[in-house]
Amino acid sequence: MTLLSVAGMTKRFGGLAAVDSVSFDVEEGTVTGLIGPNGAGKSTLFSMVAGAQRPTSGRLSFNGKDVTGWQPHQAAAAGVGRTFQLMRVFGSMTVLENLTTAAHLRHRSKSAARSFAEEICAFADLGEMAHRPAATLTGATKKRLELARALATSPTLLLLDEVLSGLTPTETAAAIEMIERVHARGITIVLVEHVMQVVMSLCPRLVVLDFGKLIFDGSPADAVKDQAVLDAYLGA
Amino acid sequence: MIDLLQALTNGVFLGAVFALAAVGLSLVFGVTNMVNFAHGDFIMLAMYVGFLCWSLAGIDPLFAIPIAAVTLALVAVLIYGGIIRPVLGSTQLAQMVVTFGLLTFLRGVVQFAFTADPRRVEDPIVGDVRIAVGGVAVTGAQLVSAVGALVATGALAWFIHRTETGRALQAVGEDPGGASLMGINSGRMYGLAWALAGVSTGVAGALLINNFGIDPLAGATFGIMSFIAVALGGFGSVLGAAFAGLLLGVVQGVVGLYLSGYTLTAALGIYLLVLVVRPQGLRGTR
Amino acid sequence: MTAVEAPPVTSPEVPAKRVPWGRYAGVAAVAVLLIGYGVVAETSFSQTIGVLALTMAIAATGWNILGGYAGQISFGHAVFFGTGMYGTTLLVTDGWSPWLTMVPIAVLAALFGVLIGLPTFRLRGHYFSIATLAIGMMVMSILPNVRPLGATDGLSVPFLDEGFWNLTFSLRDKTEYYYTALGLFAVATVVTWLFLRGKVGSYLEAIRDDEFAAAAVGVPVWRYKMYAVAMSAGLTSVAGSFHVMFVTFVDPASSSDLSLSTAIALIAVVGGAGSMWGPLLGAWLVIALQEYTRTYLSTTGRTIDLMMFGALIILVVVVDPRGLVHLIGRGYRRFVRRS
Repeated sequence: MTLLSVAGMTKRFGGLAAVDSVSFDVEEGTVTGLIGPNGAGKSTLFSMVAGAQRPTSGRLSFNGKDVTGWQPHQAAAAGVGRTFQLMRVFGSMTVLENLTTAAHLRHRSKSAARSFAEEICAFADLGEMAHRPAATLTGATKKRLELARALATSPTLLLLDEVLSGLTPTETAAAIEMIERVHARGITIVLVEHVMQVVMSLCPRLVVLDFGKLIFDGSPADAVKDQAVLDAYLGA
Repeated sequence: MIDLLQALTNGVFLGAVFALAAVGLSLVFGVTNMVNFAHGDFIMLAMYVGFLCWSLAGIDPLFAIPIAAVTLALVAVLIYGGIIRPVLGSTQLAQMVVTFGLLTFLRGVVQFAFTADPRRVEDPIVGDVRIAVGGVAVTGAQLVSAVGALVATGALAWFIHRTETGRALQAVGEDPGGASLMGINSGRMYGLAWALAGVSTGVAGALLINNFGIDPLAGATFGIMSFIAVALGGFGSVLGAAFAGLLLGVVQGVVGLYLSGYTLTAALGIYLLVLVVRPQGLRGTR
Repeated sequence: MTAVEAPPVTSPEVPAKRVPWGRYAGVAAVAVLLIGYGVVAETSFSQTIGVLALTMAIAATGWNILGGYAGQISFGHAVFFGTGMYGTTLLVTDGWSPWLTMVPIAVLAALFGVLIGLPTFRLRGHYFSIATLAIGMMVMSILPNVRPLGATDGLSVPFLDEGFWNLTFSLRDKTEYYYTALGLFAVATVVTWLFLRGKVGSYLEAIRDDEFAAAAVGVPVWRYKMYAVAMSAGLTSVAGSFHVMFVTFVDPASSSDLSLSTAIALIAVVGGAGSMWGPLLGAWLVIALQEYTRTYLSTTGRTIDLMMFGALIILVVVVDPRGLVHLIGRGYRRFVRRS
């Protein structure tokens, strides 16, 4: 079943099109990689899907319903979870409180939210730092917290924005392992990533953007042979 | 009609001084990303410095300008080093509150030293000068204030946009990380920004002595006008602040003619109106 | 979660919840101190300090909901305090019991809060604060021109017979005012605590820490800011309603002065914004300081209290931006760790 459908999405800033008429569908339960050179429009596209920005034109469908121009909290309520490129944890709260706040989306009472948050905490291997203020965490742990926090909203679609950048090989391996576990739970994942080997191995499907336009949609094996993709990365 | 022209003229001359006051505030915000709520009270301090120069040494306010400028620059740097630097890494709230504490403290100190009675400088050099063009009169004080303000604003703008140090200041404001990679010492730049704000308030204060009474609460009006000008012109835009200051002066002049007692209300009203339409100010970058 | 069930996970590292005996003891200690103060304070001077401190504590507690918890720093709260003062005066003049005026006027203040929030909540940080400053000043500049509110002369609260229902007590012994204020403060604190526990408090703090991230996890930011300002305005208004019955008089200067707005905000910040006890601590400290310097340092008193207030703010914020409550907590923890 098609979970997410992006049709002709365009975002213009002044005269410049950051995202230019991009269209693709995402099937439920899949892992899709969204890649492209710097400035290709990946994060802007993510923003629009998550409701943080309005598209200049185009349509967005989620679960069969037209949700074009929706607001971030509506997206979250519908089941879209996201992480941010520049980490945005709730600094004054502890790890557990961060998760509890997100869990409140589906759990009214504090105790229900809290126990769900504890589950997520354990799932994300954050148990040891459950009571540490989020602001004191290392960068890699903050990224893990952001991912966990998005999970705490019980999403059906998870948008991961460069969760692997700046991590050591060990941290990268742990992150990949967690992403695979998330996928095993049936959550659809779209991830923006620059770390190529990871994307190639994690994603059976790649969508490639360049200068805001979609230039390729297919398997990694085909992507490396595609002329347009090669031109984009090797700089024509 | 003549009355309107007169009001407009008064407004323009007043606006020039507002512009100068606002520019200093805008500079500090542009570079350090911090709002100095005590800005108006720096101007008030400068007025008292000018008053002291006159009452102790008979120096006319015109010649007190450089003295006030240097004094305020020193005060500003001291304040930066002692009070502002420790809270630079802290929350926005903490930074705002520290300058509020400073404002309160300054008013208390000045009132303690000089009492709340308004002071005036007697027989300033510009006192009796009066030029009339058509039916519109301009006093020497107004002329001097406006010219002085324009010169000072121009000098500041020239410094920021044309000198290497000025460009370093801009760099720190726009991208602190990148700037330090280029070898620019951001701490020193912040201090410089404050010093320049001190200079601008020093000059503004000394210029205003000829036009306004000196009392501990003088800072309040100029402070709020500076804020409105900076917020109106857009935080981060020095020229925007200057232009907005001029606009506010004109508004005050015109409104004062028809609805005296509502000048502040009008200025605030315009600000709020612009806010609703364009939250980042007329020329704001942030 | 959906689809595939993962194997059950145990979480041994997350500590179990403990009964917060320390917190209950703390509340009890504070209650004892406050009640005891009323018994011990015998001079009109000390009683006045107590009444004013508690009144400002209520106002600052209200401010704290919007400023400390939701992170929207308002420098215009005098508008709400003034609504309480003027509103109660007008209704009492019309024959209402002062107590009955509190809730309706608080609702009016909440409405004003929402109206103010409509254009200003899209602003962030400095911009928002300056906008509230501007609005507060604007109200203050218009008030002296409003006839029904007494213009520059203000309004007097009519003489009522003494009695709890009339919120009018003897002025020779202000103890009854003190305990009434204390009761009101207790109610305000409980209301605030109930409002902030659970989802609402978490959502407001999330908004304070990062609005964008909050929205991304499902917080309807706009709506919750409105909840916060409504509650905040209502509580501050109640403080104003009480205050006018104590001082029996209201005019533009006393009710909406810029210094009142900043005083409310600064009391909360110095005491500790974002903490339930901050406003109480801040209020006592500031009011005591103010009254002592005003009374015992004769004619120059007014300025010395300004200087001390300013210096106090600077000192506290530089040492610990989270306020006295946090500072004391740090000191206490260091002491406990050493022993």
